[in-house]
Amino acid sequence: MSNTAVQPVETAQSMEHDNDSKTIFGFWVYLMTDCVVFASLFATFAVLRTSTFGDPSGNELFSLPFVLVETLILLTSSFTCGLAMLAAHRKDQAKVIAWFGVTFLLGIAFLSLELTEFSHLAHEGNSWTRSGFLSAFFTLVGTHGLHITTGLLWMIVLLVQIAKRGLVTSTMRRLTMLSLFWHFLDIIWIFIFTIVYLVGAV
Amino acid sequence: MSKSSIDIKPEVGHGSFKSYVTGFGLSLVLTLLAYILVVDGSRPANTIIAAIIVLAVMQLFVQLYFFLHLARESKPRWNLTALLFAALVVGIVVIGSLWIMRNLNYSHQHGNDRSPSDASRYIVEDELIKN
Repeated sequence: MSNTAVQPVETAQSMEHDNDSKTIFGFWVYLMTDCVVFASLFATFAVLRTSTFGDPSGNELFSLPFVLVETLILLTSSFTCGLAMLAAHRKDQAKVIAWFGVTFLLGIAFLSLELTEFSHLAHEGNSWTRSGFLSAFFTLVGTHGLHITTGLLWMIVLLVQIAKRGLVTSTMRRLTMLSLFWHFLDIIWIFIFTIVYLVGAV
Repeated sequence: MSKSSIDIKPEVGHGSFKSYVTGFGLSLVLTLLAYILVVDGSRPANTIIAAIIVLAVMQLFVQLYFFLHLARESKPRWNLTALLFAALVVGIVVIGSLWIMRNLNYSHQHGNDRSPSDASRYIVEDELIKN
């Protein structure tokens, strides 16, 4: 008797779980298509890398220590995002909000450094209109920055939802997707750091 | 737990404290190693470029393993399948673009072949671009 009473609840739960899995898989597929978007921007950048026509190249424009700081900030934010997910699986709501708060602040720090670099370049007359190289640079790095901005907005919305509703199925699902998004953006940045800044400085 | 035929567990996202710390530590080491190689600059340029690209790819695998936990995905590995397909497309787009553009004289690689630099001079003249 008790078995038949419990059965429907269990089925409903596992069905919900399956639907969550499919949503998360769908989000993963989106990330993979985003990979292709970035790949085309990387290819464009690689082709136009040397198209400066005597104007300054990356070697003269970029400050490597500055970019290293940006990289370490984003890497750390990816790590704290992981710690937030561990807290979420323990159902420790206070820690989730704390670690995502840290991730958010690191994301803001990264974004303001990037915008500082952009405005500095534009101020010196090296905006995207100057050469093919700078067009490709601003498009590639700017698209990444736009993703980061979206991720930060998403983080705010989700933190409000968690504060209101707690770590229920829907917020857990969104947290999982946000963490995938954030780790993905860090991986893209590794390649921007390597291909754009490090190779440019060799 | 009932298993449906298309059970994609959200295991990407589960991990232990240890796996995140390991991933973070390894990523830090790989990032700093690439940075030092470039700043040091005592090795030939091609060696440095090859080395830092290898380091970036290693960091990609580190983060896929320790942050995204791709290895711990359950059997029909749809996440991995999608990733491999994306990698194929990325490879075609990036390598294909570089390969084609290298063969066009638009590419301004000042090698032994004189034609690319000649071409860039013609382009500058034809397009009335001021130096």
